[in-house]
Amino acid sequence: MSSRRDFMGMALGGFTALGGIGALYAMKRSWDPLPSVKAAGFTTVDLASAVENELVVEKWRGKPIFILKKPKDAESNDRDLIVEGERFHMSIGLCTHLGCIPAYKADDKKFFCACHGGEFDTSGINLPNLPPPSPLEIPPFKIDGTKLVLGEAGPEYKKMLDAGLTV
Amino acid sequence: MAHFDENAKPFSAQWLDERLAISTVRKVLAFEYWIPKNINFLWAMGMVLAATFGILVVSGIFLLMYYQPGVDTAFDSVNYLIMTEVGYGWLWRHVHGVGASLVFLIIYIHMFTGIYYGSYKRGREMIWLSGMLLFVLFSAEAFSGYMLPWGQMSYWAGMVITNLFSGGSLEAYGLVEWIRGDYVPGQAFLTRFFMLHVFLLPLVIIGGIVFHFATLRLPHVNNQDGEDFDFEEAAELYKAGKVKESKVIPFQPVFLSKDVFVMGIYFILFFYLVFYNFDFAMDPVNFDPADGLKTPAHIYPEWYFLWSYEILRPFSKDLGLIAFGIAQVIFLALPFLDRSPNVAPASKRGLFHIWFWLMLIDVLVLTFMGKLPPTDATFAFIGLVSAVLFFVLWIALPFITKIEKKL
Amino acid sequence: MNKELKIFGVVAFFTLLLYWGVEPFAHSQMHKHVEGHGFTYDGTADIAEASAEKKEAKTAFWADVKKIAALEGDAVAGEATFGMCMGCHMDGAGNMGGVIPPSLDHAGAIYDKNYLIALIKDPAMASNVDHKYADTMMHPMGSIKTMVTEPQDIANVVAYLKANKSAEPTAKEAFSEACARCHAMRYDKATQLGDTPTFKYKKDELAHEIKVIEEQDAVKAYMGKLPPDLSMIIRARSHHFMETFVENPQSQLAGTSMPRVGLNEAGYEKVEEYLSDIGDPSKPAREIAGPWVIGFMILFTILAYLWKSSLWRDLH
Repeated sequence: MSSRRDFMGMALGGFTALGGIGALYAMKRSWDPLPSVKAAGFTTVDLASAVENELVVEKWRGKPIFILKKPKDAESNDRDLIVEGERFHMSIGLCTHLGCIPAYKADDKKFFCACHGGEFDTSGINLPNLPPPSPLEIPPFKIDGTKLVLGEAGPEYKKMLDAGLTV
Repeated sequence: MAHFDENAKPFSAQWLDERLAISTVRKVLAFEYWIPKNINFLWAMGMVLAATFGILVVSGIFLLMYYQPGVDTAFDSVNYLIMTEVGYGWLWRHVHGVGASLVFLIIYIHMFTGIYYGSYKRGREMIWLSGMLLFVLFSAEAFSGYMLPWGQMSYWAGMVITNLFSGGSLEAYGLVEWIRGDYVPGQAFLTRFFMLHVFLLPLVIIGGIVFHFATLRLPHVNNQDGEDFDFEEAAELYKAGKVKESKVIPFQPVFLSKDVFVMGIYFILFFYLVFYNFDFAMDPVNFDPADGLKTPAHIYPEWYFLWSYEILRPFSKDLGLIAFGIAQVIFLALPFLDRSPNVAPASKRGLFHIWFWLMLIDVLVLTFMGKLPPTDATFAFIGLVSAVLFFVLWIALPFITKIEKKL
Repeated sequence: MNKELKIFGVVAFFTLLLYWGVEPFAHSQMHKHVEGHGFTYDGTADIAEASAEKKEAKTAFWADVKKIAALEGDAVAGEATFGMCMGCHMDGAGNMGGVIPPSLDHAGAIYDKNYLIALIKDPAMASNVDHKYADTMMHPMGSIKTMVTEPQDIANVVAYLKANKSAEPTAKEAFSEACARCHAMRYDKATQLGDTPTFKYKKDELAHEIKVIEEQDAVKAYMGKLPPDLSMIIRARSHHFMETFVENPQSQLAGTSMPRVGLNEAGYEKVEEYLSDIGDPSKPAREIAGPWVIGFMILFTILAYLWKSSLWRDLH
């Protein structure tokens, strides 16, 4: 008798737990980023009017995006974006050390982070013997004429990703 | 100082017991908390209420994470953000709305069960009083929550109910403005009722529930026949294995198993309403945004306030307010107005039996009339008669119970 | 057990009685009953509710409409007359006398034939807002009365609409042609000017907002008040109210300045579908989840009953 009692109690408990998992799923979904947040995750930037060696900062998914039309004398790099024959550097403007926003020193042609002294060159590569462990990250992008769509992964971005030039 | 076993494994049963008296707590609150065997499903309403309150808290937490208490944003945060954007936001809202309505249905069933079986006297007065206190708290919680979607009904209910505080001819409009923090219900009003709804009142309600449970422990739960028996003796019989002869059962697992079964039936109804018939709990008029320059064609409170609203309506302003005030608190006095020593089901109590059914039907009729437009003369008359009858019944109660034969 | 069922019966009876009293009964007393007429338009209701001095004119008007409806329309001949309509009902039209003339792209599909005839004969009479005008020529579309006068011409242009403008609209198209010139739909980011574009710069956004306010002011001047946003209307009004109100706004709200728009049944269903998509978007998810949750609770109750009876079996 007592085993039957235990069994029924446990069957009910187990079944209730199943319902609890269902409720947890609904709770999890309630915390997902909202559709409007996701839909706003794309930013289009027109590069036609960019000026050489002048940093443009755009906002994408709440983060600053650096866009720099590279000076003619700057080294070329596989991380460069080629738009209508011009070379650009584009990256998320957060230092890979602890996430501060570096400033661009146009005269020195490098990015300088005031928080802990990290530095990056015009390709966003971290300079040696300084705190940042890796280059500035490149967000997903797609080149569409002179326009850049941030948030969408185009062939150029996929190539960089496959080559391990960004994470 | 208690004895502590140095060698007990941390967090083992013994270790916990020595520190928290787990086994004693379990005994007192569950395995040896004795409940009479002679009960019916109405005795499960307490646990049904506790479960509904739990569901209101959980659904409320998820609504709270997206609700925005601003006069310009509240309506859209509920109707657009929560209903359209948030995953399962609609579920939380419907559950919260239906739960808020059903909690009152169960409270009323719970109350009238207590009245029918005489579970408010002979040592059980504090159970009744703490329960009525919870009723008042739940009413305040429901009203403050009703403000939050900031629709037409929210706004106009806020307007009308706060106006009650002007005290009729006392014309205490300063007090009304103080309660609103504005000349009309506005931002300050919405934010303070938001605070009351999500923080202060739930906190007090939780305290009230604990207190209500505590008041039960010494006098014990009543039974279907109002029979007074020795619980300890009955408990000894049960523990000795003579469960058939014993008049009691332990709360856990025996009483609980029946509670859970009743809850199951209740939740079938609950979720039927959530998915297929939620309009009754979410008035369509409240889907029009608040507009201080346009009163809806019909305004009425939610169904659970209708009976006391109807007591207010048929009288002149001052008399109506006084009647309304008395109606709000008169149930609290029940243990003291019932002068009969009998604790027994109403069916065995002669005139009180008639009193019980008249009271129930009167409250129902008041509820029906409370929603109807005040313009219809027949309904207004029925409302007036019912309101008068309500007071006549209360005045008669001490007399008819005084002459009741002792059982 | 029998006693429990008896008690349950009593509780259930009073609960249902309570529900009946505060819901179906109360609503039957609160709202005046308006009979629907299946989205057909023959003026019966208009004549019945008209004041004594207008009764005759209305009777004659709808009798004429009936005569024209009996004529054989020539769609090809109607195309030339329709060109006149396009003078105002064109893409990108601005506000004319209060509203932007709506697109007629699906007019043949969503509007009733009799209504279209009546509308061309006298727009104010057809839309049942003649009480607003001393002279119905003053209606924003009133001049049509002098532009298309021959019964055969009216029959022809309606035949043209029925033949050439009757592709099935999407739910949104039906709404925007029939309702959206006056009613905004903010939960679908639409105003009286149509869908709101996304702007990169605040300045452009504000400029658009001002254009919307100007349009709303014009509609307000024409209608007396700004017609309400309809985002939530599907939940704020009952199904029956919506149907009868759209069929004839005067029936539910005497004296309203809202014109009858003459939707036929298919047209109304499209509009309602759109209102439901926007105002009650959780409906599909609700319908999927409902049976699962209720099925779960039924099984739960059965298991709880088995557990309970295993524990209570020895007690009696």
